[in-house]
Amino acid sequence: MEQLYTKDTQAIFWNNNKTAIQRMLDYDYTIQRKTPSVAAIVAPTSGNKFEKFFFGPDEVMIPLFKTTADAKAAQPQADVLLNFASFRTAYDVTMEALSIGGFSSMMITAEGIPERLARGMNQTAREKGVTIIGPATVGAITPGAFKVANIGGTITNIVNSKLHRAGSCGLVTRSGGLFNELSNIISINADGIAEGVAIGGDRFVGSVFIDNLLRMEKNPAVKYMILLGEVGGTEEYKVIEAIKSGAITKPVIAWCIGTIAKYYDSGVQFGHAGASANADSETAEFKNKAMADAGIHVPASFNELPAMINKVFTDLNLADIPEPSMSVCPTVRRSKEFICTISDDRGDEATYAGFPISSVATPDTGKGIGDVVSLLWFKKQYPKWATDFIETVMKTVADHGPAVSGAHNAKVTARAGKSVVESLVTGLLTIGPRFGGAIDGAAEHFKYADDNGLNPKEFLNHMKKEGIPIPGIGHRIKSLKNPDLRVTGLMNYAAEHFPSTPLLDYARTVEALTTSKKENLILNVDGTIGILMVDMWRALGYTEDEINEFIASGTLNAFFIVGRSIGFIGHILDEKRLAMPMYRHPMDDILYDVPMAEEI
Amino acid sequence: MAQKAIREFDAKSILAKHWNKYFPDFTYAYETVMVQNGSELTKAAKTKAWLNEKTLVAKPDMLFGKRGKNGLVLFKDAKPGDVSLAKAASWINEKSTAEQKVYFSFDGDHATGEPSVDMLTHFVVEPFTPHEQSEEYYVSATCVGDNDVIYMSAEGGMEVEEGWEEKVTEVAFPITSTEEEIATQIRANVPADIAEKDKAKFAEFCIGFFKAYRELNFAYLEINPFVMQGNKIELLDMVAKLDDTAGFMMVDEWGDVEYPTAFGMEAKSPEVEAIEEADAKTGASLKLTLLKPEARIWTMVAGGGASVVYADTIADMAGIDDLANYGEYSGGPTTGETKFYAETLLDLMTREKDAQGRGKVMIIGGAIANFTDVAKTFTGIIQAFEVYADKMKEVDLKIYVRRGGPNYEKGLKDIKEAADRLGLYIEVYGPETHVTDIVRMALEK
Repeated sequence: MEQLYTKDTQAIFWNNNKTAIQRMLDYDYTIQRKTPSVAAIVAPTSGNKFEKFFFGPDEVMIPLFKTTADAKAAQPQADVLLNFASFRTAYDVTMEALSIGGFSSMMITAEGIPERLARGMNQTAREKGVTIIGPATVGAITPGAFKVANIGGTITNIVNSKLHRAGSCGLVTRSGGLFNELSNIISINADGIAEGVAIGGDRFVGSVFIDNLLRMEKNPAVKYMILLGEVGGTEEYKVIEAIKSGAITKPVIAWCIGTIAKYYDSGVQFGHAGASANADSETAEFKNKAMADAGIHVPASFNELPAMINKVFTDLNLADIPEPSMSVCPTVRRSKEFICTISDDRGDEATYAGFPISSVATPDTGKGIGDVVSLLWFKKQYPKWATDFIETVMKTVADHGPAVSGAHNAKVTARAGKSVVESLVTGLLTIGPRFGGAIDGAAEHFKYADDNGLNPKEFLNHMKKEGIPIPGIGHRIKSLKNPDLRVTGLMNYAAEHFPSTPLLDYARTVEALTTSKKENLILNVDGTIGILMVDMWRALGYTEDEINEFIASGTLNAFFIVGRSIGFIGHILDEKRLAMPMYRHPMDDILYDVPMAEEI
Repeated sequence: MAQKAIREFDAKSILAKHWNKYFPDFTYAYETVMVQNGSELTKAAKTKAWLNEKTLVAKPDMLFGKRGKNGLVLFKDAKPGDVSLAKAASWINEKSTAEQKVYFSFDGDHATGEPSVDMLTHFVVEPFTPHEQSEEYYVSATCVGDNDVIYMSAEGGMEVEEGWEEKVTEVAFPITSTEEEIATQIRANVPADIAEKDKAKFAEFCIGFFKAYRELNFAYLEINPFVMQGNKIELLDMVAKLDDTAGFMMVDEWGDVEYPTAFGMEAKSPEVEAIEEADAKTGASLKLTLLKPEARIWTMVAGGGASVVYADTIADMAGIDDLANYGEYSGGPTTGETKFYAETLLDLMTREKDAQGRGKVMIIGGAIANFTDVAKTFTGIIQAFEVYADKMKEVDLKIYVRRGGPNYEKGLKDIKEAADRLGLYIEVYGPETHVTDIVRMALEK
């Protein structure tokens, strides 16, 4: 790896830290990235599926996942983990991501991860070739390509500090606050940075100075390097060794802060947890001297650092870096209240999932209502066997006579002088767990049984324990000998046109068992529709999770609602046509049993 | 700071609590008691029969070593091993009621350097354990570089300290070593001068010791010496540090452990303790160390790195005699937290005038923040100014501000306006000024 990040790098952000993520997207827009640098967010406790962020003046949706594994499976190209978990969970999150694999680098922001855990985590990452930035860091940046979370601060400061495009310095610091400060100093005294890393303030961090400097040595964009160290530890000596051995040849400017520590005994902790000298060789003074002796450019004090940078940079005599074009994020942005992902009426002609209405409406297009449903409900172009099936279902459920409760309600309302829409919704409001709901229920329970490998007998026992009759099984009068021809029609269609019908095949084995107990316990029309819908979606390549979501969100019921509306409207128009009077239920059809209320 | 020293008594208590897990083949009586004075010891004897039945050893338990050489180990009255409960109680009373001098370094038996003078407040009392010198051993473990290292020796006590190179065997283990690897290595590296018959037992004890060190999140653990008589172990002296960042996982394992201030270190002032308490409650970071509270330059700097750079610069330009404090606030503290932090500092710096009649200086510094909202934190500082304005004028306080980051323009404008309104001297600079340049400006005034 020559450089930490590119303009195509995408991250999985662990924790829905909206401010930090928005800062990343503002940066992306400013530097004219094509894709947002955050591909997914892991938010274990959120029930939402996405979070909205601004991308320039517009908004984009970034998907939320409950686990890193789900996020990585959905966004396999995202190879950076930005771990914003607390010090309590940051270790577990990192270790899990390391075992999932597919990450090239991970940044850990938490301060104070138990040392033994941090050491284990860093070592595991090292063995797997994953670069760890942190813990206890603000992150890293490859200007003009990718920026981690809050590093660089506000967009104004980023542009002021020339962090919006690559310069020629490789910068490594321990401190996050001083990283920003140095970026500013480098932009004033040189031409900005090509890559920068704040390695983190804890005693045990993953990648150390030398790891980052060796990578920068290989990165042709880096012409010289700046190292800002601290009192404590011996990491600077590894850099000295690398210079002596010739592993680092580019000019290095370095300074260790914490020269004050020599005046006090070890009881005073200056700066970060890692900043405590246990030996003379770990003092800032000692390290500064050793680095100067090794030919590193070491200023006399931190105040002299800017002049030193200016001198080294000027001596390199580099060509000017052209200023790239930038987009400007609007300062005032309003979040949209509604989101629409299925249709768009902003162009010349309104579209259904990208298809102009005229391209699906007339008979010559070859498209039917099943195609329109597949576009507007599922945002996909279903094949003909599936759209034909959808139409078959809606035609099959269109009506079932005036006596069923929904039709009855619609008729009573129509006779009260109400309009078509009022009468229709009265009928529709009857649809639920007892009326029409068997489609949902059958799909849900049969799928559950099949998914969990229950044999028919186990399934029956399971439902008995749950205390629910099996939805989709049983008919008032129909039986195996006197079959429901609607069911036969659906099954024949499926047998001929579906690639396969695993759930129906399973349901038939259940039916064989139930009908052996009682003749009329057949798979009824609701059950057949629910089960075949699952088979349709499976054949179309949906995952089990997606299908479960269709069921949970009531999609199956929707087919019944649309189909049955046709019948309800028929009944309502029928009432209007007949000019039927107001309905009153005959009193002799009501059992009156009204005792006097007791006083309590 | 992640590594914190604990008392010998607590170290023994932690090992005793987990003894059967780590040392199933050994016994340890865990006869030890910590008291602050003689009457506490007498009271303890009512529930701990061994205090009456056995002769005793008493010593202070305050994070310093070389107690024997400092004459602070009571093990004899007329002759070694004859210390009674009454004698121990009266000795503790004697030692705890007057300041004691403690030397930390010795050349042979002669103390070198300056002693620390402080009160002794905590003592451990244990049974006197008669044993042969040959039954004393040494073991310790700590982290060196990326490895854990165990140090083992056939000789304990002064012997090992004075002959470290020849007498100690050390074995280093990467963090990823398995228990089997560790056990094999320790068995293979038992110091050669341990008696052949004791080698296996010694190795097993060290394996358990090292496992306890790792699993209980010790940062440093030393038993010097321990006595091994058959399967019976006595822990004569222990030193331990815990990795306190692991505290949240070790609530049950460590029990009620405290992190005392070292002997001779000035007790933490109530102000410092209040800041530590506030720090523990927030996700942000609030740190304060008082270096010289009567000095004239006070810093209120944002950021762990920037605060060090300011301290360095003040030490370079003014010398440390003028530097009153070291501290930092960072990680996006709330307005209220910042106000509290600023008030604490203002209270301290306005207590007395500079002895040489100069004005006092307050450096409100910081680098360019990544995410801390400057205006929000400065609102807290302004609120503190409002409370302390009169006192600030009394000590002729001059304020120098330098800061950048989110919302810094508003923060700088607000603080300037507030100081002007309150009649305070202030100079305000943003990211265009070098981060520590305000130190130079303040000193040139």
